[in-house]
Amino acid sequence: MKRFIDFGTYIEKAINALEQGLSPVWSAMDDGISWTVSSMNDLLLSIPFLVSLIVVTLFAYYAKAGKDSFKFEGLKKGIGLASFILIGLFLIYGMGYWKEAVQTTTLVLVSTVITLIIGIPFGILAGRSKIADTIIKPVLDFMQTMPAFVYLIPAIFFFSVGNTPGVIATVIFSVPPAVRLTALGIQNVQKEVIEAGRAFGATENQILFKIQLPLAMPTILTGVNQVILLSLSMVVIASMVGARGLGSIVYQGIQQNDIAKGFESGLGIVILAIILDRITQALANKRK
Amino acid sequence: MADNRNIKLSVEDLTLIFGKRKKEALEMLNKGISKEEILEKTKCTIGVNKANFDVYEGEIFVVMGLSGSGKSTLIRCLNRLNEPTAGKVFFKDHDITTANNKELLHTRRNEMSMVFQSFGLLPHRTILENATFGLELRGEPKEQRDEIGMRVLETVGLKGYEAHYPGEMSGGMQQRVGLARALANDTDVLLMDEAFSALDPLIKSDMQDELLQIQSKLHKTIVFITHDLDEAIKIGDRIAIMKDGVIEQIGTAEEILSNPASEYIEAFIEKVDRKTIITAETLMFRKPTIVQFRKDGPKGAIRKMRSTGMYVLPVEDESRKFIGYVHLKDMIKLAREGEPTIEKALRVDVPSVHREYTVEEMIPLISDNSYPVAVVDRKNGRLHGLVSQTSIVIEATRYSDQEVSDLIEKAQEI
Repeated sequence: MKRFIDFGTYIEKAINALEQGLSPVWSAMDDGISWTVSSMNDLLLSIPFLVSLIVVTLFAYYAKAGKDSFKFEGLKKGIGLASFILIGLFLIYGMGYWKEAVQTTTLVLVSTVITLIIGIPFGILAGRSKIADTIIKPVLDFMQTMPAFVYLIPAIFFFSVGNTPGVIATVIFSVPPAVRLTALGIQNVQKEVIEAGRAFGATENQILFKIQLPLAMPTILTGVNQVILLSLSMVVIASMVGARGLGSIVYQGIQQNDIAKGFESGLGIVILAIILDRITQALANKRK
Repeated sequence: MADNRNIKLSVEDLTLIFGKRKKEALEMLNKGISKEEILEKTKCTIGVNKANFDVYEGEIFVVMGLSGSGKSTLIRCLNRLNEPTAGKVFFKDHDITTANNKELLHTRRNEMSMVFQSFGLLPHRTILENATFGLELRGEPKEQRDEIGMRVLETVGLKGYEAHYPGEMSGGMQQRVGLARALANDTDVLLMDEAFSALDPLIKSDMQDELLQIQSKLHKTIVFITHDLDEAIKIGDRIAIMKDGVIEQIGTAEEILSNPASEYIEAFIEKVDRKTIITAETLMFRKPTIVQFRKDGPKGAIRKMRSTGMYVLPVEDESRKFIGYVHLKDMIKLAREGEPTIEKALRVDVPSVHREYTVEEMIPLISDNSYPVAVVDRKNGRLHGLVSQTSIVIEATRYSDQEVSDLIEKAQEI
């Protein structure tokens, strides 16, 4: 059958025009993201492994145990996570993938921060305005259902290979849950509480910052947790466009048909995922 | 009497229409077209239909109506949580309906505060932080608002709970916080939207008493919304009865009860449960003749019965505590047998209540033996007075002649 709608070409043309028209913007973004990622990498890798291990373990323990950190109850709550982190990170270090694990973590953190900076304001907008909600929702649906690999192509196009297209593709992939859960949290704030705020003369800003955001915080933090996990999964895929880290080892494993390499790096990703998930969950639970 | 008091709030032709074609609907309403027709033609419903009333300084003005009568919509027009479609609301001398954003914020922060049926507390803030929320919005410094907060929490009886969270407290206590928050802003006008409707009956009654007590000290101007006529009668200085967005009658409880303006109100007040309003105190016969347990022997008791014409008399002991009744026929028997005291014939298994017991609570005490119900003091057990069973029966069955005659018949059989 003869094709008579050449949709792909239109998109390609549009992207070409965008690339050429705004090239200073892209290169500035590239510079900014590359610099942030590499300097954060250097910083984290300059810390000796043992110090990082202890800091992360103690932080996670505190996040889990909270006020009871120095009591037996706190020990009961936090000991599991703390020992998992000790063993897990030591395993990654022992397998020789510490550097890659740090690179992956950096990419996840940078993407997460960018995602939240974009996602939360849009979420607030969608949560507070019905019109914004009806516009934003289909866009999010589109972003989430489009296969993640597809984002890699224009990302390379704009930024060539490296960490930047990885971060950008990751951000696009993980923005939807940040927007959705922020909006959900705000929409679920009881109408009566907002009305009470209005009755006492709250301005729109006061309603947002003193009522809606604090009450939506547990849901927003669940969103942060989701963003981190999605970022991690996407960072691995992003290794196909040259993003560094454990993902690139997995990718090497596939190309070289190296079972040992693939399994080890895969295990490293699982360990990182569990650690990031549990720490953010513990932080979110503390707010409830 | 009411005329020389200051008018605090004045509502003129206040109308609120829900729907998209408000203007058309308002024009139709002004032409006198019925609600049903307006709904059919414009798909607009009339929330409040030309409400007119004044609220005097220092009074509790109750707006009463069933759900859907527009009462909550009306109160929200007063501070413009709902935007009125037409009409005016004057507070002191300025019109709230035309206030700009800044003036409106000022009104809400300094002139009117509100208490909600569902409390509207912030779960992530402590009781103190909730009570001072209005002050915080107003931008008062923390020290000052904490000081005010502690004071109002004490006023509503929540001293010591400052650091708790709303989720840890019962509904009644949460509503005290809601009340404290409204009092903290020290506004002249208090808007209370079904403030006690979500509470258990006993707690509700406590809160009503507490509100009246606070009001006797602070003399706020209160607009109180309720669907409960008993509540309206208990706390309202004046009551407005609303139906389908229209205020049907405004007046004191007595005016409305004795002179209902429409059939609707008549039907309404018939349902007022007098049984739950009228107490032992109002029904009791005060200063009855009392037989002294040690002093009066059977002959003394008979003498007292003869002079009062009663065949049953209450008995009290040396400390003037009510202990029971004696009956004429027992006294005659004892006197014949030459007994010196009435001890043998004292009937101690008799009904007694405290002053605040209602008719409803006394109904179960009606029995075949026609002893009156003794009203005794809660603390020292002294007799305040007697309520005859007849008066309980009459109060309980006031609106049913059939029941009264049945009971009379029954009594005659006995």
